[in-house]
Amino acid sequence: MNRRLFPWLIGLSLVFFVVAPILIVRAPLEQEMGLIQKIFYFHFSAWMAMYLSICVLGISSAQFLFRRKPAADRLAVAAAETAIVFGLMGLITGPIWAVKSWGVWWNWDARTTIALILELILVAYLLLRSYGGPGSDRLAAGLGMFAMANLPFLYISTNIWRTIHPPTSVVPTLPVDFGIPLWWSFAGFIVLCLALLTVRVRLEEQRATLDRLYLALEDE
Amino acid sequence: MHLGDLTEAARRWRRAALVLLLIAGLGGQVGQTVDAAQPAEQSVPDGFVPMDDVPPEDQLPAAPLLAAAYIVVWVLAIGYLWTIWRRLGRVEKELAEALRRVGETDGA
Repeated sequence: MNRRLFPWLIGLSLVFFVVAPILIVRAPLEQEMGLIQKIFYFHFSAWMAMYLSICVLGISSAQFLFRRKPAADRLAVAAAETAIVFGLMGLITGPIWAVKSWGVWWNWDARTTIALILELILVAYLLLRSYGGPGSDRLAAGLGMFAMANLPFLYISTNIWRTIHPPTSVVPTLPVDFGIPLWWSFAGFIVLCLALLTVRVRLEEQRATLDRLYLALEDE
Repeated sequence: MHLGDLTEAARRWRRAALVLLLIAGLGGQVGQTVDAAQPAEQSVPDGFVPMDDVPPEDQLPAAPLLAAAYIVVWVLAIGYLWTIWRRLGRVEKELAEALRRVGETDGA
């Protein structure tokens, strides 16, 4: 991945993240939930960045599994790690919002349960990569594709099952005053996700170069 | 038995009856005082009584929770970036060392 891209991406995400709180403070209060609803702007955006990371993980895992591209495998590892970080943001900000809005920290409804299972699948992916031994990269690629297969269920869970999460129709029908800080934060998280992916892939590339060098030294 | 003895016995009985009456009267007074100190029987619930709305003094304030949520996001993002940076620095140091060893081997 292009190493010159990282400073631009991290700089751009910094701009988004510095301006986002100003827009969020200026956004109107929601009638039912009041001030606590403002968590939504980062909570939703973190999940969207997780969705993006998992899509990258699934596609690059498939490329590695069927076309044997080592670069795709390196991208998959990076995407799995960033997906865990953004998933963690969603899993922590969600209960903080819930304790005020619903009166409970955690609710075992379809969406929160699927989100937790997905996070655990990603952790399993990294554990497999770290301790699985030879051949674990291919097994992990299968797990990465399985993680991506869970995404549609997570997204439409609120429309299929009865949950206290709002349905997916909320975001497309948001009034402009709520929409501006939301889409600004969303852009910030996507750019941050790309920046983290870029630098994380760089780490994997350097590790691969180091492995090749050690092998060359052993041969000599 | 003399008449004087009977009078003495009657006096003792009268005294004992007075003491008993006094104790009984005091006991009644004390009982009334204790009863008055207890809350009315109607206000003592048998168990937990559900309530629909949380009183304002018991409600969680939104502002600290909102701030906590945003701090968590910032800490996770910066913390993760820092871990990548640290790992990358370590690998690049090892890489430089390995390259130096390869150069020495080639030179020899």
